[in-house]
Parts: sequence; structure tokens; C-alpha cells
Amino acid sequence: MLLQPTSDQELLRETTARFLDETVPPAELRRLRDDPVGFADAWWKRGAELGWTSLLVSEENGGGSISDRGLVDLSLLTYEFGRRAAPGPLVPASIVAAALSGTGGNAHAPVLARLLSGDAIATWCLAEPRPNDRLGAIALEIRSDGGDVLLSGVKRPVEAAASASHLLVTGRTGDGLTQVLVPADAPGVTIAPMESVDLTRRFHRVTFESVRVPASALVGEPGRADMQVERQLQQALVLLAAESVGAMQSGFDMTLAWAFDRFSFGRPLASYQAIKHRFADLKAWLEASHAIADAAVAAVDAGSEEAAELASIAKAYVGDQGAELLQDCVQLHGGIGVTFEHDLHFFLRRLTVDRALYGTPAEHRQRLTALLERRAEAA
Amino acid sequence: MSSLVAAEMEDLEAFRGRARAFIRGNLRPIGSTVMTVRSRVSDEEELAAVARDREVQRMLFDARLAGVCVPREYDGLGLTPAHQRALNEEIAGFEFPSRIQVPTFAPCAAVLLEFGTEEQKRRHIPAMLRGEEIWMQFLSEPSGGSDVAGALTSATRDGDGWLLNGSKVWTTGAWWSDWALCLARTDWDVAKHAGLTVFILPIHQPSIDVHRIEMLNGNREFCQEFLNDVRVPDDDRVGDVNDGWTVGTRWMFHERMSYNSPLVTFPADAIHGVAGGASTLELARAAGRADDARVRDLIGEAQTLEIVWRELQRRVGEGIATGTMSSQSSAVARVFHCLATMRQTTIAFDVAGGAGGAWSNDDDGPLARAGTDFLMRQVSCIGGGTTEMARNVVSERVLGMPRERTLDKDVAFRDVPRSPTAKR
Ligand SMILES: Cc1cc2nc3c(=O)[nH]c(=O)nc-3n(C[C@H](O)[C@H](O)[C@H](O)COP(=O)(O)OP(=O)(O)OC[C@H]3O[C@@H](n4cnc5c(N)ncnc54)[C@H](O)[C@@H]3O)c2cc1C
Repeated sequence: MLLQPTSDQELLRETTARFLDETVPPAELRRLRDDPVGFADAWWKRGAELGWTSLLVSEENGGGSISDRGLVDLSLLTYEFGRRAAPGPLVPASIVAAALSGTGGNAHAPVLARLLSGDAIATWCLAEPRPNDRLGAIALEIRSDGGDVLLSGVKRPVEAAASASHLLVTGRTGDGLTQVLVPADAPGVTIAPMESVDLTRRFHRVTFESVRVPASALVGEPGRADMQVERQLQQALVLLAAESVGAMQSGFDMTLAWAFDRFSFGRPLASYQAIKHRFADLKAWLEASHAIADAAVAAVDAGSEEAAELASIAKAYVGDQGAELLQDCVQLHGGIGVTFEHDLHFFLRRLTVDRALYGTPAEHRQRLTALLERRAEAA
Repeated sequence: MSSLVAAEMEDLEAFRGRARAFIRGNLRPIGSTVMTVRSRVSDEEELAAVARDREVQRMLFDARLAGVCVPREYDGLGLTPAHQRALNEEIAGFEFPSRIQVPTFAPCAAVLLEFGTEEQKRRHIPAMLRGEEIWMQFLSEPSGGSDVAGALTSATRDGDGWLLNGSKVWTTGAWWSDWALCLARTDWDVAKHAGLTVFILPIHQPSIDVHRIEMLNGNREFCQEFLNDVRVPDDDRVGDVNDGWTVGTRWMFHERMSYNSPLVTFPADAIHGVAGGASTLELARAAGRADDARVRDLIGEAQTLEIVWRELQRRVGEGIATGTMSSQSSAVARVFHCLATMRQTTIAFDVAGGAGGAWSNDDDGPLARAGTDFLMRQVSCIGGGTTEMARNVVSERVLGMPRERTLDKDVAFRDVPRSPTAKR
């Protein structure tokens, strides 16, 4: 999390933090566990009024950032979502809004307006089932047919697909990538729920069986979306990294308080050197995660040369080290750490899901190596 | 800040431009800087490198690029940490006087600036800035380095001065350095921390024997000094008699700041090299393993740690400078660095394959050092205070956890339990 947010950013962050504290406290998260959607439409609309959906959308399209660095602003919110393991498809919804604002042209203005107001939700369909589940592998086919566009393939996991009015689908057209905004109720679209460890985030398998939409549904040019998809991927990676750091921070704070409060052999846990040293390591990982997440958000926001590299590093580092940190928090809690009754698992759950989405840490290390090779060749 | 001072302060971008022009026009480009424990070079080569460092330091001084954050009355520039950062960015890719940064400017100059007398500061700080005085810290002793305040080196009154006796150890480069900041015991009948005093002294004098110690990679920069009735005038005392721990606490703080100190010039792109500076990708290519999926994972991991380390330093530097993080937070970076370097060194060794154990200097290129580097893996987790000490600082001073219980409080230092095999 930024060490020195501007006062406007602080206000944005604080307003959402307070709203989340009031509306989705731990008891509500527990209740939402059995809710098929994981959040209420009216709740999402109130969030949209706080600016959740507009930060990556340009002003002429009805959005607006706080600091001119919309992704940085939004990362402050995903961090607060992570702090509370809050519900809602904040990341995919923002990415779709950004894509429609950036490359969508006027054709998608009515949809974008409804996304901004929170009256509708859109989500992004990127990942695919085995054997195309590796980072970067995309097999869903998109081809033109007369004046229309035809989609065939399967996407999973897709966050909040069942709540979405529209799906931004990334598919392949020949050698290039294509993106299409498909109404979720278009004939041939089937949405089936999946299981997840997160209490409030819902994921789905979405099947496109010869789904036909007009060419006006295209977002950008067919076969030319590779750069745009890469940009969306980077946005997703860094926003989820910031969210994961929020989850790490909450788990750490909770465990630190516990170490002072819990006694064994007449002393607080915090007085044992074995435990103190573990906390020192956790603190180092935590601050390192803050540092890399912030740096990656800033690089992607600015479209810097290092953006791809930093986004993958943030994912690889926070994904792995964050999981270690939270598992260690469980260990330091003892038995209570593996119970549903305690709140710690909210954060482990959130991090576990974020770690697995948009490529595993190992896949991102491989991607990083490929980027390094490319850089070495260029030099 | 008064408007007068503000008006006099050199504009950041003007400073940067001036630094860039000087550096590009006068310093030798060296690619990226890799800090390693220098491996075995001949004494002549080492002395030539020291002489060049002094020369470059002098050039920076003459170009008004030395002592960026040192007050003007001591021939510094009186500018801000942001100016130092700009210099660090501009000097990236060029030679810099690496042997005159740590420990000369941090912690030694930092301690003098904070506790030195006016005369001490005027005498030594400008000389350091001109590259004429390279300083060492005489802190660790054969009896122990982590328990810094447990120093056994004694200083006894001798007329208007002091006589120092004892031994200091693990100083890197003392054989070619000039002055030392030295912690000594002035009272054995009070508690450990209450009987210490800090002195400064020239290293090369008849009553100091400097011995060189060989490290695992053949490097012989490590030194041990034997102090036999070293006379130190009272003017060379830093801080009050028996108040050495007040100085020592800040000394430790400045030591932890190390390359992050605003007093230190250090290329922004420097990497604390493992594997003699070869990147993990280069090692993998040399080993013919760059297409192995597991090796590719390791390459990514090493790079991840490198960049995360860079960003963590940036964050901690900003946090301390702006007061949003505890001033003790450099220990957080220290812990990270220890853990990351260990891992990176192991990765380099692993990627080298069999050449890590037996190699040919002719055929194996960058792989030839992987085994020796692995032997030296823990160096960066010991020098400058161990990982464990940094963990104590993070847990106790940053996180506020209870201090360890010790048996050396409230008892005269001479009665503190010591190793039965230790010499007094
Ligand atoms: C490359 C290098 C350069 C150096 N340069 C200098 C220099 O210029 N000047 C100088 O004075 N010294 C220097 N040192 C010495 C260094 O500061 C000491 O080696 C270090 O502080 C550890 O002290 P020690 O070696 O006596 O180990 P000890 O203090 O005996 O420690 C041994 C082990 O016990 C652990 N330990 C000790 N106490 C505790 C505790 N309370 N809790 C948990 N664990 C503990 C330590 O972490 C370590 O693992 C250098 C060392 C190296 C490797």
C-alpha cells in the first residue's frame, strides 16, 4: 500500500474501507457463504457510487480517476477488499470497463454507462480448461461469418459470470487475439457454477456453442487484440497482487495481536525468540510484498517498459510468499487457526484464490525468464 | 526551512544534469555494478584499486558531487536525500569509489557528524570527502560481534589521554585503510552498557598489529588488529566517557543503513552479486540448461528476488525518510536481504550443475565460481550484523515484542558470565 497517498486518494480509500466495514463485517461474510451470488445487486450499486467501477474509465466516457493514475487509485480499493476479504467482482468488472472505455468506441457506450452506474455487471472470460489452462494459451475460436461473429469454446474460471449482463470474451482468430462483448443471455451461452475456497467470490464455467453476435460486439479489431489482452492481464495481475497484500496485512496484524495476547508457560508467545524471529521474517515478506505490488501497479499504470516484468514478479512473489505468510499465521495460531469460527481463514482463502488466477507463480516465473531472454537478445 | 536556505539550495534537476555531465565526461563506464566479497586478487591489484577509488572520490569532490547530504561547513553540499538518489541514478553504469562508501561514510562519518566535536568533524569529514581518509569500524572482537556492547578492548586513563589494549577483528580492508572508529571499555565495575567509550585512531601505528585473515574463497581482505598500549589523546574521544553506548546505538543504526544511507553514493542499478556478477540466465546458458523447465523456474525466482529487493529498499528508504516507517525498519530490509541472497546463491549453484563442484577455469566461464560463491553464501548474513540480530531488531524494535532476557544487566561487567574457554 502506498506510503504516501494524496489526501484525495486517502479519502477514496477511507470511504470504501468504512463502507466495507459497515456492510460486510465477518458475520456477513459467513452468511454470504451460502448465497449463490455472494453479494447483493443493491450493495454493488452503492459501491459503484463510491467510484469502484469508474477509476479506469476516461472522463469523456463517464468515468474518472482521483489522481490521474487510475490503476493506482483502484489498487488502493482492491487492497481494502483484500484487508476484509470483501465480496464483489471488482477486478474483472473494472478491467472490462477499462477495455470498453479504451478500445470499445461508441458502440459499447450504453453498456459502459450501466457498468459505471452499477446497474449491470460485466466480467472477463480469459482462462480456459485443460489442456489450454496454461498462462497465455487461448483456444476459444472467434471467426467472422457474414456480418456476424461466431464464438466456439469454453472459458473457466470466469468470476461472477452468473451475475454478469455481459461477458468480455478473449478468443483466437488465426494468429491473433480477438475480444468480443457478448450478452450473457445470448443463445449458445451456458453458465455453470464451479466450486471455490473463497467464501463470497463465485466462479463459473462458461460454454460458447456457436454463439452468434453482430460485428458491432467486437471490442477493438479482430485478430489485433494481443496488446490489449496483455494490458488487461497486467491490470488483473497487479490489482490482485494489491488485494493479496491486503489479505496478508490483515492476517499478519491479527496474528501479531494474538502473539501478544496468547500465553504459554507463563509468557506471551511474543516473548519467545523462536516466535519473534518468525515474525521478523513475516514482516520482511510483508513489506517486500507491499513494495513490489506498489511498484508493479505504478509500472502498469504508466505503461512503463518494465510493466510486464514487474506484473509477473508481483504475481510470483506475492502469490508464493503470501501463501507462506498466511499458512505461518495459521501455524502460529495453533488449533484455532484451522477453524471456521476464527476470521483468519478469510484471508488465506482470498489469497489462495488470487494466487491461482491469471497464471500461477510458477508460470509467471517462466514468463519472466522468457522476458529476460527477449531483453538479452535485444541488448 | 527558511526561504533563504530554500533559495540557496541547488535545484534537483540542475544537480542531476550537472552530475550526469560530469560522470559521463570523466568516469569510466563499467556496465552494471556488482557488489561481491572481492575474490582473490593480488595485493598490487587491490592497492591499485584503492588508489583509483581515492582518485575518483577526489574527482567527485572537486566536481562538487561528494558529500551530497553532508553539511556545508564540513565541505559537503548540504543538499537532500533526493539529490543523493539522483546522483546514485546518474552514476549507475559507471565506476564509483566503492571502498570509500561503507564503512567510511556510513556508519563512520554519520557517527562523527552526530557525536564528534567540532574539531573532529572539521579535521576528518572533509578528508573523507576528498578520499584522503578511509575509515574502518573497530567493533567486533574475537570474543563476540553480535553482543557489540560486550567489548573487552579496554581503554585506561594515561595522563591526559588513554591507553587502548585488546583486539578487534573481521575488518575488511584494514590493511589499506587509514582511521578507525573504536569501541572500548572504560569502566569494568558498572553494567555492560554503562562502561563503554568511543575513540578514533589511526590504524597504521607501531602499537597496532594488523593481521590478515584468509576467507573461504581465498580473499585476504579480512583483518584482525592487536592493540598494544595504543595511545589515544582525549581529543580523539567521541562522546562522553562511559557514554559510548549512546554513540553505539546510533552507530548500529547507521551501520544498518549502510548502502541506503543518504551519506553513501551507490549506483542505483547495483546488484549485490552472487555468482561473480553473471546473471542466472547467463549461468544457465553457460551450463546448457536454459531450456530446462526447472532451471527456467529458478531463473525467474532469482530475478523476482532481485527486483523485490530493489523495490523493498526503495520503500524502506522512503518510509524512513518520511517518517511513515519506524527508523529501525532498515532491519526489515536486512532480514529480507539475508534470506534473498541465500536463496539466490543456492540457485546459482544449482543452475551450474556439476561445475559447482569441479570446474575448469578455461572451459566453464561464469560457472567456474559457483562452488566458491556457494561456500561464501552466509557472508552477507553475518557481516554488518547477523540475520538473527536483525530479526531481534525487527521483532523487538519494529514490532514491539518483549526483549530477550539477558544475564548481563544490573551487574558489574567484570562479573558477567563469559565463556570458560575465552581469554580475558
Ligand atoms: C564480510 C564481513 C565483514 C565484516 N566487517 C566488519 C567490520 O568492518 N568491523 C567489525 O567490527 N566487524 C565486522 N564484521 C564482523 C561481524 O559484524 C560479526 O561477524 C557479526 O556481528 C557476528 O559476530 P560474531 O562473528 O562474533 O558471531 P557471534 O556473535 O558469536 O554469533 C554466532 C552466532 O550466534 C548467533 N547469535 C548470537 N547472539 C544471539 C542472540 N542473542 N540471539 C540469537 N542468535 C544469536 C549469531 O546470529 C550467529 O549466528 C564483518 C563480518 C563479515 C562476515
